[in-house]
Amino acid sequence: MAAIELRDVVKRFGPITAVDGLDLDVPEGICLGLLGPNGAGKSTTMRLLTGQALPDAGELRALGHELPGDAKAARAEMGVVPQLDNLDVDVTVEDNLAVFARLYRVPDVRAAVDRALDLARLRERRRDAVDELSGGMRRRLLLARGLVHEPKLILLDEPTVGLDPQIRTQLWTLIDELRSRGTTILMSTHYIEEAERLADEVAVMANGRIISRGRPAALIAEHAGRETAEVYAPPERLVEARAIAEADGLRVRPAGPAIAIVGSERAGNGSVPDDAVRRAASLEDVFVLLTGEEAE
Amino acid sequence: MSAGGVRLRRLEPAAIGGVMSREVANFRTYWRGTTFSSVLEPIVYLLAFGLGLSATLVDEVAGVPYVQYVGTGMVATAVIFSSALPAMFGTFVKHRFQNTYDAILAAPVDVEELVSAEMLWIGTRASIYGCVPLLVTIGFGLDPAWGMLLTPLFCFATALGFAGFGVAMAATVAKIDQFNYVTALFVTPLFLVSGAFFPIDELPQGVQIVAQLNPLHQLVELVRGGAFGFEPVDLIRFAGLACFAFLMWRVAVRRMAARLID
Repeated sequence: MAAIELRDVVKRFGPITAVDGLDLDVPEGICLGLLGPNGAGKSTTMRLLTGQALPDAGELRALGHELPGDAKAARAEMGVVPQLDNLDVDVTVEDNLAVFARLYRVPDVRAAVDRALDLARLRERRRDAVDELSGGMRRRLLLARGLVHEPKLILLDEPTVGLDPQIRTQLWTLIDELRSRGTTILMSTHYIEEAERLADEVAVMANGRIISRGRPAALIAEHAGRETAEVYAPPERLVEARAIAEADGLRVRPAGPAIAIVGSERAGNGSVPDDAVRRAASLEDVFVLLTGEEAE
Repeated sequence: MSAGGVRLRRLEPAAIGGVMSREVANFRTYWRGTTFSSVLEPIVYLLAFGLGLSATLVDEVAGVPYVQYVGTGMVATAVIFSSALPAMFGTFVKHRFQNTYDAILAAPVDVEELVSAEMLWIGTRASIYGCVPLLVTIGFGLDPAWGMLLTPLFCFATALGFAGFGVAMAATVAKIDQFNYVTALFVTPLFLVSGAFFPIDELPQGVQIVAQLNPLHQLVELVRGGAFGFEPVDLIRFAGLACFAFLMWRVAVRRMAARLID
């Protein structure tokens, strides 16, 4: 059984269609990365799954529960880690966890809190107010709060957005631990590296629908080939290099101050400048080619 | 439909208790300041209005020493200021600035349970703080009476209604400064024509009719009934407060659902 099944789901906000005929299956036990630029509809999809947004059309099921009618029962079995920190900052670490253990009807609140503290590696700080924690600790606490009832399914909405690289790596380690335990994870992100490192499968979302899906390596092979050549040069030379590559049937994308010629292993003689830097094709190439957005 | 084997229904005590436990955890961090002002305010008011006015202008109102008249009336001011205002500002801040409700509604809690818990918590708190002016007035010479034991109940019913009103307003306004309109148009007039500081039967006929629809006036009359003797009409007054609480609860749930669920 799929943990999540969405069929032709539509969600509109006035004239804006945030989710536009979305079809998505998430099998049990995998980590699916929902990768897309800002405004792609990722967060709305998450809210639809928790019943905090009501669909205008389509069918939704989570853990066998029909949504939004049975959303409360579905939420009891899923954990949500939001994009924004909404911890109670004046309250102690353990009280933050205890409140949510009660909301999730956990029979042994104390044991659940201890387990969550261990997961977040915050046992020593249990009696400190959240205000006194570092940014990384708060983020770990937020994750532990969403897991306090040992959910079958976890929704991670941009779990590391705005965090510095060191804290992001700490979070990735925690998420990786969950993944290795077989917990189903749906993780929205617009960080390519995050999706590449953590997700078993990646679904690229743009304009409210999935435009491509697969294992990262398969997506790269399908859309970007084996190799990408990056050309660093003055703007006028980049224009010239782009024109030559495109004339040879190659796809070219912007890459900051450079251009990236994707699938350069197929390039004919002279289609790629000799001083181009050749590297293995990446998920970033796929993302930019499919969405037209610069990757982060 | 279960959470760890527990059947999920409408208005579950576990969900309401869970939300209230969050309020209790937060309250433990700021109760000293709130309690200090709740105790000090009636003392200052009683000194200023009660002793000050009674020494210079008013000796008695309706056969009751003015300090006791004001002291019993101030229960209503304590209730509205510890229910409507915290409900308005607290709800707005938790929703817009702290995103607290997003976190709670991601758990197996629905909007009806969330609003009910918020109202019950504010009602409970206000029913305790509402009794403080009465206790202070006893210190100023009011004789204790058995009927006063019902004051927390009267305060609770009234505070529930005003908590619902505050939650509904928080779900309606676009910006926090718009609460100035709510306070000026509703809270202050209700407080002034409650009969807390002067009897309303000297006011123009139209104002007297409006005052009868004012839940705070009914609370003032019930508290004075508890202190100086109940009348049969007090049962109707209490029923009116219960209806007010129920009506505001439904309005608050409806407004918050529209605000919280996209």
